[in-house]
Amino acid sequence: IYLKIFLLLRRRGKLAALSIAAMVILVGVPLWWKTTQTYRAWLPVAQINELAKLQLQLSADVEVVFARGTATPEQQKKVPVTQTQDEDHAVDEDTTLRYRHETRYRTATVMEEDALKQPTAAEADLSLHRLSESPCGSLVIYVIPESSSLLPENVNVYIGQRRTALLRIGAQMKVGKTLKQLLAHLEPRVKQILQVMSFSHNDITAALSDRVRFSPDNKESIADSMRAFKSSPGYEITFSLLNPDPKSHRLHWDIEGAVQTYIQPLLTKLSPVANFSLDSQILYYAMLGVNPRYDSSRSAYILNADSLAHVINPVEARLGSNAASSNPVLNFLLYVPDAHHSPLYIHDHKKREVQTNAFHSPRWGGIMVYNVNGFYQTGTNFPVDVNINMAKVMGVFLAQLRLLLGVQSTAPPSSFQVAPCGSSGLADWELDRLMWSRSVENVATATTTITSLAQLLDQIGNIVINDNIAQQVSSAVTSLQLAVAELEVGNLGFALQYSKEAILASEKAFFDPSLLHLLYFPDDQKFAIYIPLFLPMCVPILLSLLKIVSEVRQRRREKQAKKD
Amino acid sequence: MLAILLTDSAGQFFSSGHTNNWAVLVCTSRFWFNYRHVANTLSVYRSVKRLGIPDSHIVLMLADDMACNHRNPKPATVFSHKNMELNVYGDDVEVDYRGYEVTVENFLRVLTGRLPPSTPRSKRLLSDDRSNILIYLTGHGGNGFLKFQDSEEISNVELADAFEQMWQKRRYNELLFIIDTCQGASMYERFYSPNLMALASSQVGEDSLSHQPDLAIGVHLMDRYTFYLLEFLEDIHPASKTNMNDLFKVCPKSQCVSTPGHRTDLFLRDPGSVLITDFFGSVRKIEITMETINLTDPIKQMEENSGNDVQTENNTYVDQLPVSEIIHQKPKQRDWHPPDGFILGLWTLILLVFFKTYGVKHLKHVF
Repeated sequence: IYLKIFLLLRRRGKLAALSIAAMVILVGVPLWWKTTQTYRAWLPVAQINELAKLQLQLSADVEVVFARGTATPEQQKKVPVTQTQDEDHAVDEDTTLRYRHETRYRTATVMEEDALKQPTAAEADLSLHRLSESPCGSLVIYVIPESSSLLPENVNVYIGQRRTALLRIGAQMKVGKTLKQLLAHLEPRVKQILQVMSFSHNDITAALSDRVRFSPDNKESIADSMRAFKSSPGYEITFSLLNPDPKSHRLHWDIEGAVQTYIQPLLTKLSPVANFSLDSQILYYAMLGVNPRYDSSRSAYILNADSLAHVINPVEARLGSNAASSNPVLNFLLYVPDAHHSPLYIHDHKKREVQTNAFHSPRWGGIMVYNVNGFYQTGTNFPVDVNINMAKVMGVFLAQLRLLLGVQSTAPPSSFQVAPCGSSGLADWELDRLMWSRSVENVATATTTITSLAQLLDQIGNIVINDNIAQQVSSAVTSLQLAVAELEVGNLGFALQYSKEAILASEKAFFDPSLLHLLYFPDDQKFAIYIPLFLPMCVPILLSLLKIVSEVRQRRREKQAKKD
Repeated sequence: MLAILLTDSAGQFFSSGHTNNWAVLVCTSRFWFNYRHVANTLSVYRSVKRLGIPDSHIVLMLADDMACNHRNPKPATVFSHKNMELNVYGDDVEVDYRGYEVTVENFLRVLTGRLPPSTPRSKRLLSDDRSNILIYLTGHGGNGFLKFQDSEEISNVELADAFEQMWQKRRYNELLFIIDTCQGASMYERFYSPNLMALASSQVGEDSLSHQPDLAIGVHLMDRYTFYLLEFLEDIHPASKTNMNDLFKVCPKSQCVSTPGHRTDLFLRDPGSVLITDFFGSVRKIEITMETINLTDPIKQMEENSGNDVQTENNTYVDQLPVSEIIHQKPKQRDWHPPDGFILGLWTLILLVFFKTYGVKHLKHVF
């Protein structure tokens, strides 16, 4: 009977061992796996990989209008006619560009002819603009006969303030009889105008610099790409008046009025591109940090170009900035030299006086030196009240602002005359160019951000991907696809808007604070953590299982032996 | 006509492709006897400020406060040389991360830019693709790691990954990484992103030694490598043309006892053409403004009845320290973990079952 009890207990022991093993394998292992898994929301990886190969198509509509005297009646019969030109460029293995220009040729209407009869080109431009307004991104070129008096002798092309240009062609004899010959004659001239007024290959490839690190052969384009600020949803502009000598000069500047009259129109025009916030300050006892030389021949103090580089740093330490936003800051400083160092002039590298008396630093801002010694005679009682001529000051600052924001200013060919930009400080076609390059830049930056984020999350398996990140990524992908589609069609305004949304969403996803990868465990550390937990538990289970197996096998052998 | 004269200034643009400079200076050790690490960091901070980088472009992280430490016999000073020749603390030090804020997480967040939206501008590294960044780390380190705050460490793999993320987002143009710890060369072994240059005070297997103790203060004041680095930098002024090859020669084995190392294979330019001021100073590029816009409209007079029209903007900002949370401190919701002692209980259960079924004397059958 003791044997029976013994066997019963043995059996219970075996059952216990088996059930514990079963628990561990069936319940424990899945539970451990689930609880140590990181939560990763689904990302549209396929679409992201598609976007990695960027194929951009930029379309612009051009209208070429023949005024009276430029086309023969036979040629006029065949018009209106539309031509499409495609230009393909492969920038690198992942990026291809296609430029499409749809050119529509037609004859001028009666009202346009009247407008072209104005005495000067500027007035003609104004009255043409009153007739019809061209949509964003498109251009109208009016072809005027050689005999026209609108343009002076040596000028063949006049580029207006809005989206029109006047092109003068040679006499009809030279051009040709058929429409084809006329169009062939016009094509290179039109192309030249497009290089200046619409997007050019150099601008677009410069805008793609985030995707493509290329070395351009043009010195100017390197400097251009380094000078302008990168595309950002907002900028802060700060105007500072530096008065190192309040004992002698009491300066008054109507900054609010000046900003409202001169700067605000430009910023309002640029509002589809970015938001701007403005502030101003006056700093007293702020010195330049560089000692100017005294030049007795001109009886003035001189700052030469080499020492200008060291002017900015001591002043920058004193300039405040808005602690709340991380937008790039453009600083414009107006420095009024103290009475002992007046007048102060800036000389360029060739030792010539600079007319504007101002200089700027790429991606930082500009400084202008304003001499006030002409406003009072020596011997007057100090302090002297001085009213600063804001129109002159803002003229310089506005020019610097245009450069720093990337309003490209490649010099046009010599036979071109460009109208001075109007009171808003920016011509319409310049705005279009800026919008083209900004859209392309935004699309390029957003695609690199998204693809590198997807790559990063793929590589590091331990990062948690929350739902909001997945949502941001999806919305960035959608906006990018829409932006590329709008660029293809030629809707510049919508393309820019979608590209801005894409950039905001992609930056938000990439810089989300929860994506910090702190979960790197070297393999030996992983072993060190798990072995003391699981090994002591597993050893008895495994050994008892082995014992059970060996007993079963032994019994089977005994049974075999008994049978035989 | 809009035309810009670039003939001479274009030459400046090619020597380096950067327009602004940033510096991230980190001291990772706390406690009074690690005085020398704080002095190291502050002396690099002082050189960098002297050569022109403004405070808004410097992120200074000090893990402990030595100047106002109870054990400092000369309060409000941190000296770098015995006989108290040079007070590197000065009177305009701006520390961005102090004390317990200096953690591996915060350091990586600063580098990669993944900071919460409420972080102020002075605590962020707002560099762009044209910034040259100087990163200086000092503290106690080992083969492949650097110790932060005596309780955590950053490994060289994490650092290399952080730099790769910076490169992916184009957050730097060129980066100079200097580390002054024991076995410092191991920290730059794993770098794989382009445009990185690294210097370390000692090779793997070597210890970086401190310079000299000051008997009045009672601790070692500086580490050897940084001491000679400071001496070298004191001779540099903003217009000097010394290049990186001279920096590699700082503190040879005879002075430093350990062998300083450097790594330049990932750097695109030749180190001989890289100026010290490209990283330690902040020399701006300048262009003369050649054109101006003719503005003829008179200034619009602002109307005087603006008092009625003044719109008060409701400023909103992210709740940094919501008062209700401070008052009603609720414990944070944490993930559920098995209760403590669960594993221990599990062992006990299993062992009990076995002892019961097989009996103690049969234990030898199991094992």
